[in-house]
Amino acid sequence: MNLDFSDDQKFLQEEANKFFTKEDTLKRTRAIMESDEPYDKELWSKVIELGWTAIRIPEEYGGLGLSHLELCVIAEEIGKSLAPIPFSSSVYMYTEALIESGNEALKNSLLPSLADGSAVGTFAAAESLAPVSSENIQTVVTNNAVSGTKIAVPDVEAATHVMVLCKNGNNVELRSVALDASGVSVTLQANIDPSKSFYQIDFNDVESELISEDGWSRWEHLLDQAAVLVAFEQVGGAQASLDMAKAYAMERYAFGRAIGSYQAIKHKLADMYISLTLAKSNCYYGAWALSSGSSELGLAAATARVAATKAFQLCSKENIQTHGGNGFTWEYDCHLFYKRSKVLSLNLGSEAAWKEKLVTNLDKSNSIGSNQ
Amino acid sequence: MDFKDTPEQAQFREKCRSWLEANAELKVGQGRTVEGNLDEYLQKAKAWQKKKYDAGWAMLHWPEEYGGIGASPIERIIWSQEESKFDVPGGVFEIGLGMCGPVMMEYATAEQKKRYLPPMAEGKEIWCQLFSEPSAGSDVAGLRSKAVQDGDEWIINGQKVWTSGAHYSDFGILVVRHDPELEKHKGLTFFFVDMKSPGIEVKPIKQITGSAGSGSGFNEVYFNDVRIPDSQRLGEIGDGWKVAITTLMNERLAVGDARGSDIEDALTWAKEQDFNGEPLIKHGGVREKLADWFIEANGLKYTKFRTISALSRGGTPGPEASITKIVSANKLQSIGNFGIDSADMAGMLRQDSGGDLHAFQMAWLGAPGLRIAGGTDEILRNIIAERVLGLPQDPRADKGLPFKDIPQGSAN
Ligand SMILES: Cc1cc2nc3c(=O)[nH]c(=O)nc-3n(C[C@H](O)[C@H](O)[C@H](O)COP(=O)(O)OP(=O)(O)OC[C@H]3O[C@@H](n4cnc5c(N)ncnc54)[C@H](O)[C@@H]3O)c2cc1C
Repeated sequence: MNLDFSDDQKFLQEEANKFFTKEDTLKRTRAIMESDEPYDKELWSKVIELGWTAIRIPEEYGGLGLSHLELCVIAEEIGKSLAPIPFSSSVYMYTEALIESGNEALKNSLLPSLADGSAVGTFAAAESLAPVSSENIQTVVTNNAVSGTKIAVPDVEAATHVMVLCKNGNNVELRSVALDASGVSVTLQANIDPSKSFYQIDFNDVESELISEDGWSRWEHLLDQAAVLVAFEQVGGAQASLDMAKAYAMERYAFGRAIGSYQAIKHKLADMYISLTLAKSNCYYGAWALSSGSSELGLAAATARVAATKAFQLCSKENIQTHGGNGFTWEYDCHLFYKRSKVLSLNLGSEAAWKEKLVTNLDKSNSIGSNQ
Repeated sequence: MDFKDTPEQAQFREKCRSWLEANAELKVGQGRTVEGNLDEYLQKAKAWQKKKYDAGWAMLHWPEEYGGIGASPIERIIWSQEESKFDVPGGVFEIGLGMCGPVMMEYATAEQKKRYLPPMAEGKEIWCQLFSEPSAGSDVAGLRSKAVQDGDEWIINGQKVWTSGAHYSDFGILVVRHDPELEKHKGLTFFFVDMKSPGIEVKPIKQITGSAGSGSGFNEVYFNDVRIPDSQRLGEIGDGWKVAITTLMNERLAVGDARGSDIEDALTWAKEQDFNGEPLIKHGGVREKLADWFIEANGLKYTKFRTISALSRGGTPGPEASITKIVSANKLQSIGNFGIDSADMAGMLRQDSGGDLHAFQMAWLGAPGLRIAGGTDEILRNIIAERVLGLPQDPRADKGLPFKDIPQGSAN
């Protein structure tokens, strides 16, 4: 039994933690929130220098050829630090799509640039207020040209390429579009977490390259993979929120004693700890399924995602509550986590949608999990 | 990252497994087949314990001289993982083996250990824990049963309550107050006692399950001038609290997962049960609950695996196991409630044992006890907040006072 990260992976995590602490990432996040800059360019170029965008890219394409587990530990630290960089859209989604499904030409032309940061990817799926499905996609491709409108596309200003979920006749395809191609127009969409940017993209007969013809099932697989990684971000954010609440509860006095000595506060924090611990353990299960290529990935991803969504939302909202009036100010960092928790709970589909996936997986399997 | 045993662990698991297969039946569904009245149940439980003892499995982590095989923590976990897949009687020995045994191991003399530990492991002698009193449960150090020294004996007077299994126990561990003039934690002393001693009276209490004196039943235990030899004192005079804490720490390890209906059972039931002409599992409200319970059950399972992984590498597990009882007891109550509700009007009708609905009813009736025993939900939250997160202790109204001056009010 070895449900733990290796010493090397733990070391990488510590390094990431030191790096983000040294970079004072929360301050950077706040600065992005208060400016028109879509992301922190300086931080992003440092992250590229550290090689984290290259973690999963095979060595023959200029990457490090490491596993998903290395990504998991980085993700947790990104979650803790709220780093305002286009990491997840490019690394968990676009890069993974190419590694897993891209043809040789596409891989050769893009993976080395994704590794060294000269190319950055993102993904375009949503089109309306209804959750995207294999039926309701309106964006179409004819003769390799994509037309349609996508919304809530993350990190477009940082990106050079976008993976588009579109329909070729009745078939769903995954395609790659260069964002500087003619026929692409981009509009910023205000969102509830101003440290992140989302955009509408209108595609008007834009030239594209095929990533996969088996688009819908590849998309679902990509989502499952990314769900595990984002769940680590959520666990990181939940941990940071709990740490903040704990520190404040020890310092703040009311009625002559630290508020952390009141049981209403203690029990709130204990519940946060319980939720976080359940989420973390479910994430480890997800990390195992992801890194071992298990057929349980669908179940494990949904479980990790739902648990982590609950934990981050609980911890970030109760962190505000623990801070009282200060928690509601722009000045305190509580709202940074609260807002990020909402964006992370939606960016790969809602909690309700993932619960549905979880139970569908349980319903169709005859046994629950396979281990011991 | 993997769930694989090392070759030695796999070999050990295989050894456990093949012995269990030769000596017990695998579990089917959630029905427990070993039922019957107390005497029959005790007989079966003792027979199973003896069988394990003879083969070295009873207390495998104990040294050989007390009937163990000196197994490592991991081997102990592997054994219990495998044993839990079989339909075998449990519940009777847990307090003795999980709490009394470790205290005896730490504080009894070599001779006493030789005399008492093997029969405890073998199931020949059953032990109980005499801590709680009418005025002292969560605040167990508030107990008032008295011990007065008389030569090389102590005379005990007072009352214990909620003592599980006292009615069939041979021995018990006991905390009493030897000096009410001292502060409350300082005036306590710890003993073990022969439950057949003159002056001990055991009165079963009827539980909300309707049973009294059944396998898991608890009791009032009265002490009237009971004499205990000083040689049965565990720890120094006045060290009772320290010794009790050792026991309570072990209790938290022993009282882990609440046993009974779990997510698998809820899921099977939801697939089979009809609701408006469709399987219940098609219902959105039910799906939501299944997802929540799965996250809890799966989260606990992998929390345990993280603990095992730490042990496996020779490290110390983190505090994460402290969430086990609070999560599992509440989940049990909620799953029991769901099972009963889903039978609609028929759900309230008591069922014969063996079926799923009966199991859900037992879960629902038993869960409130599990949320109290071995540390209430609230006490466990305090412990997580204070010991794991490091928040300050509650201010206390009894600090520094001689025990006799502490405000009281026992509602009994
Ligand atoms: C099935 C069962 C088996 C048991 N078996 C045994 C046994 O074998 N041996 C034994 O010695 N005891 C046994 N007990 C007793 C058990 O340990 C106590 O019932 C338990 O510790 C609670 O104590 P109490 O009943 O006095 O409740 P109280 O301590 O009076 O608690 C009443 C309520 O007040 C809350 N409360 C109390 N103190 C605090 C606090 N500081 N902060 C917040 N809330 C608080 C509690 O959480 C609870 O909700 C058993 C109990 C049960 C239900």
